[in-house]
Amino acid sequence: MTHADPRCVLTGTHFINGDAACCEGALAAGARFAAGYPITPSTEIVERFAARAPEVGGLFIQMEDEIASSIAIQGMVWAGQKAFTVTSGPGFSLMMEHIGFAAMTETPVVFVDVQRGGPSTGLPTLPSQGDMMQARFGSHGDYAIIALSPNSPQECFDLTVKAFNLAEEFRVPVMLMMDECVGHMTERVVIPPAEQIPVYPRRHTKKPPGEFRLFEPGEDLVPDMAHAGEGYKVYVTGLTHDERGYPSLSPAAQKKLVFRLFEKIRRAADRLVMVESDQLEGAEVVVVSYGITSRVALRAVQMARAKGIRVGTLRLICVWPFPEKLIRELAPKVKALVMPELNMGQVVLELERCAGGQCRVISVPHAGGTVHDPAEILAAIERGAQ
Amino acid sequence: MSTTDLQVHNPVEDLLRQDRIPTIWCPGCGIGTTVNSFAHALLKQDIDLNKTAIVSGIGCSGRVSGYMNLDSFHTTHGRAIPFATGLKLANPELNVIVYSGDGDLAAIGGNHLIHAARRNIDILVVCINNMIYAMTGGQAAATTPSGSLSTTSPYGSYEPELNLVQLVDAAGASFVARWTAYHVMQLERTLEKALKKKGFRFIEVLSPCPTYYQRKNNMGDALQAMLDYKKRSKIKHGCPTWETAIVPGGDIIVGEFVDREREDYLTRMRKQLGPHYSEFPPQWDEQESMGCSKEC
Repeated sequence: MTHADPRCVLTGTHFINGDAACCEGALAAGARFAAGYPITPSTEIVERFAARAPEVGGLFIQMEDEIASSIAIQGMVWAGQKAFTVTSGPGFSLMMEHIGFAAMTETPVVFVDVQRGGPSTGLPTLPSQGDMMQARFGSHGDYAIIALSPNSPQECFDLTVKAFNLAEEFRVPVMLMMDECVGHMTERVVIPPAEQIPVYPRRHTKKPPGEFRLFEPGEDLVPDMAHAGEGYKVYVTGLTHDERGYPSLSPAAQKKLVFRLFEKIRRAADRLVMVESDQLEGAEVVVVSYGITSRVALRAVQMARAKGIRVGTLRLICVWPFPEKLIRELAPKVKALVMPELNMGQVVLELERCAGGQCRVISVPHAGGTVHDPAEILAAIERGAQ
Repeated sequence: MSTTDLQVHNPVEDLLRQDRIPTIWCPGCGIGTTVNSFAHALLKQDIDLNKTAIVSGIGCSGRVSGYMNLDSFHTTHGRAIPFATGLKLANPELNVIVYSGDGDLAAIGGNHLIHAARRNIDILVVCINNMIYAMTGGQAAATTPSGSLSTTSPYGSYEPELNLVQLVDAAGASFVARWTAYHVMQLERTLEKALKKKGFRFIEVLSPCPTYYQRKNNMGDALQAMLDYKKRSKIKHGCPTWETAIVPGGDIIVGEFVDREREDYLTRMRKQLGPHYSEFPPQWDEQESMGCSKEC
């Protein structure tokens, strides 16, 4: 780990929204390049980036669509830069093929999705958390990714930095799953001095051309990288490939590659658990939530505690990979896990799987457009406590 | 005399990934012929081949990137141009060439073709037009001449065909040319010229697909296709591109149609940004120079 370049960091205390904080996070993490296509409620991120990038020797290019944006950023990465794109539901859908391409080619890149109500054009200016399963499974074939979910503008900054660092460390596409509320909410955001912002540098090979194999994994199953223009004659393909990067279309090569793409994330799952919890000890009900919903849930939890129910909270900051072990250990100790989400029940399916029937799992679905009424969550807590 | 004494080094070999040969292309396919012209043109350039990247999409022509001993990127279907755009913008030192087919660049990737030409991104695009989706087994393409038989136009195609050079000219490309797989020397010279030029450069190369297009339409074998190209081609440099439509059985207008000076994207960006733009070294270099590596 090294630290952020001070020329890119707006150290200080700011009163900005989540979108602006995300942009500053990307710059702090070392991204000077971005491609995007305007879409509410994410546009403010690239509007700010378009103004900021030239000051730091970078650029923003507004592409003709999200398909182009999501592959242009990968060109930028293979040219040696850190890059990201920003979108919302409809654009995120268009980017799916290139999330798979990034996973397959192990291109360290960040996708920011400021979620809005769907399906289709849905509710362009209103929140949802409806893309959570799409973030994990949206591209065809089998692959693993990392997805983070901030619940405040401060976290939009912090987790954007984190997203870039994880992308570099694991060479996977990382999704920052914001939502309209968090994106447009204005709060205090503290940007620390550059030397206090850890930045994971590109895993560039130390081997000379000729000795280096582009997809030969290290001990952590992640290969080092080389870029175009460095004499390595890299060969990058979306086809199933061998360690040289050459197409190798056999079941054996497929097994070797796909298992490794999964395993490099699975093996690090414990390290990737990022949760915030409160009063789990002795809790009869635990409210599990992520993103903006966690802040609404807090109100319901306070109301339940006032009624004498022992309620704990568990906030998922890293949603994918899902903190499976944690839930397996928690489930037998509680009567119920309650999960409010601004969708019809997506991540709760994973919660239920991991709970494995050891406690009740109560979904509090919401079609999106606004946040939950805390009373809905309270009712679910009360049911769970019975 | 041993057999090794007879081996003559073909300079083009250095530009190919020998361990990837033989190619997947069918006998009589024109793609390899164009690659030969391309390789010769590259060898005649005063450019650093270590700083030359080739990007393809999907399809028979999409395999070209993987046979060239350059930085090779075999991207997704239709998206070679936006990938190349990102590559070039993030490292302007690179010579970026897109080598792909008509279905890839002009149908699924048509929008990117238009906008890269409009932006005048400094890349060279070589579009092999075999007038068919060959990799998938001979389906009709946007470039399939009207009336042609294909697996998805069993009664003959009833869609008009797209004139790629006219499209790219209208969108603002700096350089636009067309040759056929018959015109190997002309193609090589045009490639040489295009490689030296800055801005968005587009070269369409008609290429036979004896397996799926020629055979299906009773046009004979690859040799027949060459004779057909020879007979039908009319060289008209500077010809207005609206007069270059390829009509079944009609003349094939070939040559260099457009060669104009337009500021490319980055030149224009930097000029417009003026003092607002500040040059930074690439990030990972900087970190290495700080003595940091992944171990620290």
